[in-house]
Amino acid sequence: MTREKRKFLAFALFTLAVLIAPLFFQGSYLVNVMVFVGINTMLAVALNLLLGLAGQISLGHAAFFGLGAYLSGVLTTAYAVGPWSAMALSAVAVGCLSFLIGFPILKLKGHYLAMATLGFGIIVYILLNETVDLTGGPSGLSGIPNLSIGPWAFDSDEKNYYLIWGFTLLTMLLSINLSNSRIGRALRAIHDSEIAARVMGVNARLLKVQVFAISAILSALAGSLYASTMTFIAPASFGFNVSVELVTMVIVGGLGSIYGSFLGAGILTLLPEYLRVLQDYDIVVYGLLLIVMTMFMPGGLVSGIRRVEAAARAGMRGKDRTNA
Amino acid sequence: METASQIVQYLLSGLSTGAIYALIGLGFAVIYNATGIINFAQGEFVMLGGMLTLFFLTDMNLPLVPAVMLAIFSSTAVGTAFERLAIRPLRNATPLSLVIITIGASILIRGQAMLLWGKDTHALPPFSGSDPLEIAGATILPQHLWIFAVTIVIIVASRLFFTYSIAGKAMRACAYNPRAAGLVGIDVRKMVLFSFVISSAIGSMAGIIVAPLTMTSYDVGILLGLKGFCAAIIGGMSSGLGTVIGGLLLGVLESLGAGLISASYKDAIAFVVLLVILFVRPEGVFKKTETERV
Repeated sequence: MTREKRKFLAFALFTLAVLIAPLFFQGSYLVNVMVFVGINTMLAVALNLLLGLAGQISLGHAAFFGLGAYLSGVLTTAYAVGPWSAMALSAVAVGCLSFLIGFPILKLKGHYLAMATLGFGIIVYILLNETVDLTGGPSGLSGIPNLSIGPWAFDSDEKNYYLIWGFTLLTMLLSINLSNSRIGRALRAIHDSEIAARVMGVNARLLKVQVFAISAILSALAGSLYASTMTFIAPASFGFNVSVELVTMVIVGGLGSIYGSFLGAGILTLLPEYLRVLQDYDIVVYGLLLIVMTMFMPGGLVSGIRRVEAAARAGMRGKDRTNA
Repeated sequence: METASQIVQYLLSGLSTGAIYALIGLGFAVIYNATGIINFAQGEFVMLGGMLTLFFLTDMNLPLVPAVMLAIFSSTAVGTAFERLAIRPLRNATPLSLVIITIGASILIRGQAMLLWGKDTHALPPFSGSDPLEIAGATILPQHLWIFAVTIVIIVASRLFFTYSIAGKAMRACAYNPRAAGLVGIDVRKMVLFSFVISSAIGSMAGIIVAPLTMTSYDVGILLGLKGFCAAIIGGMSSGLGTVIGGLLLGVLESLGAGLISASYKDAIAFVVLLVILFVRPEGVFKKTETERV
């Protein structure tokens, strides 16, 4: 089997699993949790394009998520725009914004890039809190309509599950295709050495901005979906902590791995659900997770699993030899 | 005139918060110059300074001076432990991993503080009363004078340390070229550890002197740290006068902006300044441009 075929098969199996999963936990609140896993996976995959593929950090991605959610929310509630058009409009607006700020921001590297994106994220967060007339301020914005196709509205957990996961699967497919393309190879070259990539004729500057914009647009779409499924949004869901959480998901799963992003998003969404006993300790767990993963498993869970597998195989082979 | 005295008032309070930003910025610069790392956990040392002083004062019933000493000592111990446990094992890590490690550490320290001391904001009693003094029609609290005095002492002391002491010169050599510094017999790893000690000590002192004015809680480190970073960026990451001027400039801008334009966007001002500087002159306002080595 060629590599492309294997990737396609893996994606098909994953899609199948996603489609039949609700049958196993029908009606339970797990469906609701899985909706959040879907949104977070979409966000993590989007961030992974920038972080894992192109090697550019963003500590402000929650801002794009929030802008998508709030633009959709305000357009539908205050200006009576249809939910689908509001979603498209906010994606276009965030796309333009990210493209514009992308040029000066991505000129920066490493720590400076981290700080600049962080600063951008905080400015957006302050704006969401202070433009009370428009956004309702810290107390939030409610009454956002559900998305619907004709008379059929996405108003239950099951329906939302398929809506969100539909978009998430599309995002994953786009991401797989992108990383297999010429652009994906160029971005990986930038990740390894930007100077070398530029010497080879890669337009690094433009490519970085483009992947930043794609990542921002996907995050904004996730935001719009979040707003219409929750019907209520508040700035606290789009603050600095959320940006850090997204980075954690990508790192825990494994930089550059699409299924790793799903794994990271799944673990970080489910963990707080099951660690209710820990209550406030979850923030300490995040911190530890970030440090321990970066120090001892820099490739994330996916490559960690692969390494363990390889070691196990090598160990078995060694055992066979001693037996023989 | 009414407005003139008001502006003097804004300037004074701006200069005092600016002095705090300058101190935090110095902490960033000291570590950056020794290691090339931007320590995202810098703000947490500031938080620790204030919260630990409060802890020793109220929970341990110690007088102010020992409480302050112990607070500085404990925050420095945290900084040292952080360097030994997380930074030293990763000498050759990419900037991305280092950013993430220091963010992880800052979350960890903040989370621990929240678990230990709760989410409430507390006020530290002022060092010497709260009777306002009058200067040119503006009022000033004794605590402001403490801030100015401590800041000046720290800046002068660090200046003397980096120019005249052997350890200070060795640290500057490491900043300039760690390999060459190692070749002439300077223990680079010790200097890196040293930079974390100095930086966490300065950070905690900043947190201690500002706590009586602005209240303190487990999460003050985020914003204070970022604004200190902004000061250091304006100053071109120098561990000297540039960062001090950057901090004062930022403090005054913020205070004037809050007073004359809008108080609710006060925190946004620092970040707009940060972005503008990073976009236009990432090497700092006072520094000459350098070419990048490949």
